[in-house]
Amino acid sequence: MSTVKPFTIEQFYKFIAQGKLMAGKCLKCGKIHLPPRPLCDNCFSKQFEWMQVTGKGKLLTYTVIHVAPQQFQALTPYAVGIVELENGLKIPGMINGVPHDQLKIGMELTLDFGACNTTQQWPQWQRYCFKP
Amino acid sequence: MNGKPLVSIITAGMSKFGKHEGLLAREIFADAAYEAFSRCPKLNPKGDIKAMFIGHMGEAYEHQGHTGSAIADWAGLTGIPATRCEAACASSGAALRSGIYAVLSGLADVVVVGGVEKMTHRTTSEVTEYLAMASDYPFEQYHGITFPGLFALMATAHMHAYCTTEEQMALAAVKNHYHGSLNPKAHMQKEVSLQTVMASKYVAWPLKLYDCSLITDGASCIILTKPELAKKYTDQPVHIVGSGQASDTIGLYERKSLTSLQSTKLAAKSAYEMAQIKPEQIDFAEVHDCFTFAELMAYEDLGFCKVGGSGKFIESGATRLGGAKPVNTSGGLKAKGHPVGATGTAQAYEMYLQLTDQADRRQVKDAQIGLTHNIGGSGATAAIHIYRRDH
Repeated sequence: MSTVKPFTIEQFYKFIAQGKLMAGKCLKCGKIHLPPRPLCDNCFSKQFEWMQVTGKGKLLTYTVIHVAPQQFQALTPYAVGIVELENGLKIPGMINGVPHDQLKIGMELTLDFGACNTTQQWPQWQRYCFKP
Repeated sequence: MNGKPLVSIITAGMSKFGKHEGLLAREIFADAAYEAFSRCPKLNPKGDIKAMFIGHMGEAYEHQGHTGSAIADWAGLTGIPATRCEAACASSGAALRSGIYAVLSGLADVVVVGGVEKMTHRTTSEVTEYLAMASDYPFEQYHGITFPGLFALMATAHMHAYCTTEEQMALAAVKNHYHGSLNPKAHMQKEVSLQTVMASKYVAWPLKLYDCSLITDGASCIILTKPELAKKYTDQPVHIVGSGQASDTIGLYERKSLTSLQSTKLAAKSAYEMAQIKPEQIDFAEVHDCFTFAELMAYEDLGFCKVGGSGKFIESGATRLGGAKPVNTSGGLKAKGHPVGATGTAQAYEMYLQLTDQADRRQVKDAQIGLTHNIGGSGATAAIHIYRRDH
């Protein structure tokens, strides 16, 4: 009955809006893509399946942004980082709920689905963020 | 290629870097073209030049795209094939590479490669947004990660892995501002102290205002020909003996290493192999110091020092004018300025001056072999060229 959702970035954010972190797994070589891609960069297959990923991970690196473009200026200073999840998957995002002087490489963070709202016209994707 | 010249530079030009109020990019480029043409009286620009490649990053600055033809037009070269090359901050490094393709293909014997950017009429917030367009949109820009932010993410990882310090990064700013004080075309021509750099405000921790390159207007160009035709135009050609360009993932987060740039390593490998030159044979270099940390990382990726050793390497003074391997004698992006599209060929302009003994107060003694390292975005592009004096 159900058709497979396209393996696109837009669909990735639609899943985020539903509270799910989803990756695309290549059916030919098994490589997991986060975010999903329409063409496997390892074996050039176009056959994938969706795979839910837990949002728990460790902070690989971080920074605190003080000078930001207009749409983020009201949030400064804010922390952003790259988090490594299971299977070595990595994803960047804002880090909320951690005092900036307590940010530490290796700390455990969890993906949170209730992040700040979008303000611009395109795209209207639901943002995620990381929390302790 | 066996270390033989790929192409030869017969002349070069660069506008003053700085604030050019009231001028458009095409008008600033005219200064660079005028200098290049004036330096080479044997060149007939209208008859000899067969193609143009122009590095230009952003339409947003002046509401002007299609800059290849626009620049050719205002340089008096209408009619020749003129193409804009865009690879973010490596746009004119990529233009140079394209010019080499054109000459080596045999389709064009004499080509102009250059670049331009007009930035200072925009607010810092606007420039921050435009520059960020060179990074991944859906996962980096969309989550508020700025351009300094991306290099800060790499700097934090490097500090954690190798105990690199903010002071060591700051030393690159102090050195490059000293070099800039010797360059009459640099945007900033005054020295800064370590204390000034360290006391400046954070832009993206651990990077501070003085760790960042300048928002600058400027243009640069060099004119290339086949090595066997070079002496027809000049007694002092500068030869390009190695060229490498490489790409990496657009998103920093997808890369295996956060403390080195794979694009730099790949491009360096091909340039060194083509030139049959080892890193220790490079006498001086212009590396892409868009942020002080980027210069430190370049030392490691280019093989100037061991992995993790860049902090100690800059502390040794080796890369200061008078040291064993002066880096960014022009002042670099840090002090000379970083009109993004113009940067790659501005680095080549410094090679031209140094290897023809025209660098005046900042001349590197006995400079024989130089290297330029131009990166785009957070390192999704790297273009590296190796230059040799004519014997």
